[in-house]
Amino acid sequence: MRFGIVVFPGSNCDEDAYHAAKDVFGQDAEYLWHKDTHLKRADVVILPGGFAHGDYLRTGAMARFSPIMKEVAAFAERGGPVLGICNGFQILLEAGLLPGAMLRNRSLKYQCEHVHLRVEQTDTPFTCAARPGQVLRIPIGHGEGNYYAPPETVARLEANRQIVLRYTDPQGRQDDASNPNGSVHAIASICNERRNVVGMMPHPERACEVLLGGVDGRVIFDSVIRALARGPEKPALLEVGRPV
Amino acid sequence: MRARVFVTLKPSVFDPQGKVIADALHSLGYDGVADVRQGKYFELDLAATETDAAKALAAEVADKVLANPVIESYRIEVD
Repeated sequence: MRFGIVVFPGSNCDEDAYHAAKDVFGQDAEYLWHKDTHLKRADVVILPGGFAHGDYLRTGAMARFSPIMKEVAAFAERGGPVLGICNGFQILLEAGLLPGAMLRNRSLKYQCEHVHLRVEQTDTPFTCAARPGQVLRIPIGHGEGNYYAPPETVARLEANRQIVLRYTDPQGRQDDASNPNGSVHAIASICNERRNVVGMMPHPERACEVLLGGVDGRVIFDSVIRALARGPEKPALLEVGRPV
Repeated sequence: MRARVFVTLKPSVFDPQGKVIADALHSLGYDGVADVRQGKYFELDLAATETDAAKALAAEVADKVLANPVIESYRIEVD
């Protein structure tokens, strides 16, 4: 299968995502320049971390105007799996492909550290290889990861089971001290209602090799490879939640 | 004409920067400052010569680019 990794001016995790897909998982991978108007037959699209277009106005604010985003939106509309990591998550929010917005971390500091995440939902193409409640240790690196949405939107996310990962302690218990940025309901990752578009602040591509200090990020890549092996754009995507 | 666009976080949205600035002011003895909200200020030089057209353009730019309606609101002044 082929990963399409979008490169905006200012992206800086594109090579990490490419390396994970190509070298760690042995999949095809292609860079997609932000001015491209086609996805090079990608089966899954990753919006990587970084500072797209410099993030001068707001994080991710200008990237949605890049030509490639029309294609990404159409791909998502067709049910194609899209993963936004860190700045990619911020871009998905600004583009309206996911609900909510990011505020400055409550510490006002750029937080660069390993965090623990509890897998809340396994019926997305990016978590279907995980166990419900599984705790992952994956690094974050962001200054604006304080997820916010109006209370009615958060209630809808909860009701629709769209909160995919939450910040917890190493035992999977949710407490304020384990929330690195102040995100509402300790949200680290959400999906859209159709569940094929996922945004996450932590960096799974930085946690795929022992050399880098952990391999808990592998399950995100394993998931989408497994989901697509079962056939793209089928209701089956919604049924792969039970681990084999 | 010139448009001034003031973008601020909605009252319901917590403003971490404003909170820290308010705390700093209190530590400097400015107890009379009850709260601080930080925002952004944009000056747009416009080709428009009529107030209504200038306002409409500034509002469109604010809606589409300058402000994120999920967390921010804006106010426009034109002269």
